[in-house]
Amino acid sequence: MTDTPPPGHGDGKPDASHRMERLAAVRPRLLSFARMQLRDNAMAEDAVQEALMAAIEKDDSFAGRSGYETWVFGILKYKILDGLRAQKRQGRWQPLEAEPDDDTLDRLFQQSGHWHRHERPVSWGQPDAILESDHFWQVFDACMIALPDNVARVFSLRELMGLSTEDICREVGIKENNCWVILHRARLRLRTCLEKGWLKEE
Amino acid sequence: MNKCREATKLMSLKQDRSLTFQERVSLKLHLMMCHACRQCDKQFTLLHEVGSRFEADIEKSTETDHTR
Repeated sequence: MTDTPPPGHGDGKPDASHRMERLAAVRPRLLSFARMQLRDNAMAEDAVQEALMAAIEKDDSFAGRSGYETWVFGILKYKILDGLRAQKRQGRWQPLEAEPDDDTLDRLFQQSGHWHRHERPVSWGQPDAILESDHFWQVFDACMIALPDNVARVFSLRELMGLSTEDICREVGIKENNCWVILHRARLRLRTCLEKGWLKEE
Repeated sequence: MNKCREATKLMSLKQDRSLTFQERVSLKLHLMMCHACRQCDKQFTLLHEVGSRFEADIEKSTETDHTR
């Protein structure tokens, strides 16, 4: 019995005792993902809890086509969507259409349309190295939190959940044009925040 | 003329839908001339990759825990 292969490794279906271990190991990352989307600690905890419960209950439907954690992550995405819809029903979403005092673009660009000197983007280095840096993810997390709720919601539906702008319009109830405007602002704000918070400190 | 402000709009848009021929050409011409916008374009692309990266890391993080 001592030479059994390492449990829970690879894409195979982990056995029952190691499933719990793996769920426990992945929980913090699921939680930080849910928190970025739902922007509410209690709701994020609930969504993760429900996803883990569903993973345990529906264990038989895990086909082993993707990795186990990826499968659980997929379940969490549905729970997050449920959570977002609940927030919408509860009237916790500020209207997205009206944001007349958004000065994101004016802060970054001169009247001529060129970047302000001190806002000009600089190189961040190799994308792979960036995405492997823990510090990058900490700053990303902080920059997401710093975004206004409604802007962050559209951005994360697009870039974290991978929904098309068409689907986002349906989900959020805005026109696609508006969606693109919001995403443009969100990306500019995020890149500015990331460059200031991350590059300068590293 | 295509200014940085307008160019960033196209850089953002191309992450969400395919650009028209005109949009593509106009963005390309601007990027050829503008170092700052080239950086911005790379950064928008990086932001577009965070989701799939997050997912890939979730799988990896627990695997390394178990092979330690």
